[in-house]
Formats: sequence, C-alpha cells, structure tokens
Amino acid sequence: MTLYPDEARVRTWLRPPTSAAMLLPGLLLVLTFLVLPFIWTLVISLTNQQMLGPHAASWSWVGLDNYARLFDPATWLSRGGFGWSLWLTVQFVLCSAVLGQAALGLALAWTLYGQHGVVREAVFSLAIVAWILPDTVVAFAWLAILHPDQGAINVALGALGLGQPDWLYHHAMLALVLFNAWRGAAFSMLLFSAALAGIPPSYLEVATVTGASGWQKFRDLVLPLLQGAIITDLMLVILWTFNTFTPFLLTGGGPSQTTEVLSIYTYHTAFEGSLDFGRGAAISTVVLLVNLLLGLVFLAYVRRHRLHP
Amino acid sequence: MKGSSLVGRAAWAVFITLVVVFYATPLLWVLLTPFNLNASPSIGVPLPPTLANFRLVFAEPYAARSLFWNSPLIATGVTLVVLVSGALAAYALTRGAIPGRGLILYGLILISAVVSGPVAMIPLYVIAADLNLLGSTLGVILILSALLLPPATFLLRDFLTGVPRSCEEAALLAGASPLGVLRDVVAPLIRHGLMVVGVWVFVSAWGEFFVPFILLRAAALYPASIILYSYRDQEGKLWATRISAFGLLYALPVVILYLFVSRRYGFRFFGGYRG
Repeated sequence: MTLYPDEARVRTWLRPPTSAAMLLPGLLLVLTFLVLPFIWTLVISLTNQQMLGPHAASWSWVGLDNYARLFDPATWLSRGGFGWSLWLTVQFVLCSAVLGQAALGLALAWTLYGQHGVVREAVFSLAIVAWILPDTVVAFAWLAILHPDQGAINVALGALGLGQPDWLYHHAMLALVLFNAWRGAAFSMLLFSAALAGIPPSYLEVATVTGASGWQKFRDLVLPLLQGAIITDLMLVILWTFNTFTPFLLTGGGPSQTTEVLSIYTYHTAFEGSLDFGRGAAISTVVLLVNLLLGLVFLAYVRRHRLHP
Repeated sequence: MKGSSLVGRAAWAVFITLVVVFYATPLLWVLLTPFNLNASPSIGVPLPPTLANFRLVFAEPYAARSLFWNSPLIATGVTLVVLVSGALAAYALTRGAIPGRGLILYGLILISAVVSGPVAMIPLYVIAADLNLLGSTLGVILILSALLLPPATFLLRDFLTGVPRSCEEAALLAGASPLGVLRDVVAPLIRHGLMVVGVWVFVSAWGEFFVPFILLRAAALYPASIILYSYRDQEGKLWATRISAFGLLYALPVVILYLFVSRRYGFRFFGGYRG
C-alpha cells in the first residue's frame, strides 16, 4: 500500500514502540474528530435523535425511516426536499467549481504563462488576496457590491442602462456562483501555473516554429500534458465546493430555499426548526458517501499514474 | 500575447481587464469603506479619510475581545497543536518501522478528503457534548486541529524526507533520545517548513467560521468571524460602518502573514497542496 515509490528506500531507525508513541497524539485527534464522526453520522442516521426536546436523550432506532423520508418520490424534488437541495448543489458545483474556478484558473494560468510583467503580478495578487481573506469578510464585501441600489454591480449596470435587479432576491444562485468562482479561482490558477512551469519550453517552441496557433498549442499540447494537474484540481475544487458552508453567509439558503445547498439543508434540518439530528445525519451520510466515492476514484487514479497528490 | 494577430491581442486585453475589474471591485470596497465618513454599500473614495468608523467598532461590547483575545487564542492554539502533533506524526511516518505505514498514510488522505467540518456537524456537536467541550474554546481548538492535521502532516513529511540522515545518526551516536533528535536536530533543519505550514494553519484557523458557529453560544467566547457575522442584521449606515471597519481589522493579520510568507519563501506551498 505504499503511495510513493521511494517509500522503501527511506531507512527506518525508530523502533515500533517509539514511533507508535510519536504517532499517538495526532492519531487520537484524527480518530476522535474525523473517524468517529464518520461512523457516528451513520449511526445517528438510523435513529430519531433530536438536538433538544423529547428525543434528545431518550431516542430510539428507526431503521431506514430517515432515508425513506429523504427519498420519498412524492416530496423529494419539491421545494425543501432532499432532491431539490441535491440538484441545487449539483448546479452550484458544476457552475462555480468546474466552470468557474477550474476553467477560469486554467484560462488565467495559460494566458499569463511565460509573462513576468506587472499584469501577471496584479492578477495573481488580486486573486490570491480574494482567496486568503476570511470567509465572513469576503461575504460582506459581496453583499455590499450586490446591494440593489448602491452596490457597484448595479451602479455599473444602471449607468449602462441595463436595469438593476435585486441579485440576492431574483438571481441568488447566480450571485453565489460568481462569488464562489471569485473566491476560489486562485487555487486552480496557482496549481495550473506550477504545472505549466513544469512543461519543457522547447515543446512549445517547436509547436510555434511549426506554425501552431495559440489555441492549437493549448488543445493538442498543453491539455494532454496537464491531464494529471487537471484531474487533481477538479477533484479538490469539486470536493471543497460540494462541502462548503460559505453560501450560508451570503443567502442563508434563501430566498424561499432557492440556494439551500446540502450543507445549509443539513444545518436547517438539524440545528433549526425540528432540530432533527436523525434526518440531518441521513443527509450527511449521502454527502459522506459521495465524498468517499470521489476520494477513492481519485486515489486510484493517483496510484495508477504515480502522481504526487 | 499568444496569437500575434491584432484581434487576438485585443481579445486578450479585454479578458484581462474584465478579470482585474471582477477581482478588484469587492476588494476595493473592503479597503476604502472603513476610512469613508459616509460608509455605505457603494464604493467611494474616502476624501478626507477618517478613523471615526474604527472608534465606532471599539464601542461595540465584544469587538475588541474577539479581535485581540478570542481569535488569536484559537488560531495560536490550533497552530501549536497541529505543529507539535503533526511534526511527531510526520517524523514517525518517515523514520519509524510502523507496520501498515502505507495503509495509515492512505487512510489519512482519504479521511481528510471525506470528512469536512460541515458534513460532520451533527456528530461533532454530539461528541463535543459528550466530552464536555460544548461552548468551550478548547473544543473549537481540538476539532479545528483534527481537521487541519492530515494535510499539515503531509506537508511536513515532504520537508522531512529532504533532511540528510547523517545529522540524525551523529546525534544518536552522541547518545541523544529520539525526541531529542527531533527537537534539537531535525526541527531546526525544517524550520522553514514549520514556518510555512504554521502560517497556513494559523490563517485557516483565523478565518474559520463554521466550527465556532456550531459549538460556541456565548458572545464573550466568540472569535472575530462570529462577531462580524452578528453585525449583518444592522441597518443602513451602521451596517457598512461596523462591518467594513471590523472586517478590515480582522483581515489585516492574514494579509500581513501572506506578505511575510510570499516575500521570504514564495507562495507555492500555501494552498496546503503542492502543485
């Protein structure tokens, strides 16, 4: 099960008891707060446990009832149903992570490839600052520029005579997609820039000499060479966006549950309203299984192609 | 610049301009509004600039406490726990004869990809309640440490594989204990890595909203992220004033640390994953 081929060559001199003792503090943390929660989610999803109220302390087993309610064909696709939230999450991930972060990051990395001027510095610095600032700070910055009367977006649209929609009311999902693309494209851009820097410049020079256009070089040379980086990047940004809670800071899932992605849906189910831990855990279990599937597929790919994750 | 045609270069210029405007607009609001006497959701040049908005922030009951005590306490605590337990684990995993080491590594990557904070909100709440960690800063520190530990361990492991073994062997011959070798020989050799990973952990913990939002219920314990979020319901001028001034103070340490790391070490490790 070695992940890296050079594993066996690193000589080992710590005796097993010593190394076990050194591993212990970290292992305890991971077991208590990562592994146990994974198992506990599955267990709670089979009960009627609540945060407060009659079923907080004296809960009972309910089998697969919570799942039956999630997947009830009569309600699951209607507003507030599990399928409704799942579909919103899929839209959010495809538009903001795949098209937004990964594609924008790749476009920026490629168009700025080989440049060293002030333009590259400016784009990189702005994108990185957008990426590292705390969630709450950038969420409020976006609430400000999305403001219906005074926000920068509508001031610009008004000056062009294009109307001034109330973004977070009429186009809340679109606003979240733009926000998340803005927030996270820097990671993809940095990853693809590093991968591009690893391509021998002679490859591209040969292509230029033989008369390939910029688009042809990108499609026939860069895309195949970056395959590993693209898979790694897609995998990470999909996982992060699928699990993020940040949309809550902008919309709280509203208006009328039109942006209630799975993380917010779980929160509303378990920590508000009916305080239903059992059903919330069933939602989390589905998310965990999707995460697990993505992780396993990716690790299989990494081991097959001997990539460094 | 790719296509030599005029059209290609014009398209490139338009694309880059749009990207710069897209990125700069929200950041301009963050930067300018706190100094504007008429702070509002619109972006205005503060002429003349004023510090009155910051005075308003410090008149809020828990603002200073969250910025100067609660958030630093959580971020520093998480950084210490992750660096110590992560360095020990990474050292054991690179130098130790551990049966099933490959399996442990594989499991660590997988579990950290699968279990994020939000997906585990219910069991984390239940486990914290069982361990009497609900409403406690220690609980927030331990849970955040666990979430950040696997990637930090992997980064530290990369730095450790670059340490020449001869140094350790010399120290062992001189009679040093394994812990002594790690502390006195290896740690100084990877201080660069400890610094970069430490900054990454600190910045992540500093910006964290979700875990304290779920676990903490007393305003006196709230970190800056929660206090800032609590200003959202205020109206009109107050909204922009407090949010922008508090937000800038809260964001400042992150920007300073970023500048420090990128000046000294370059930025390429900062995402927690190597490119």
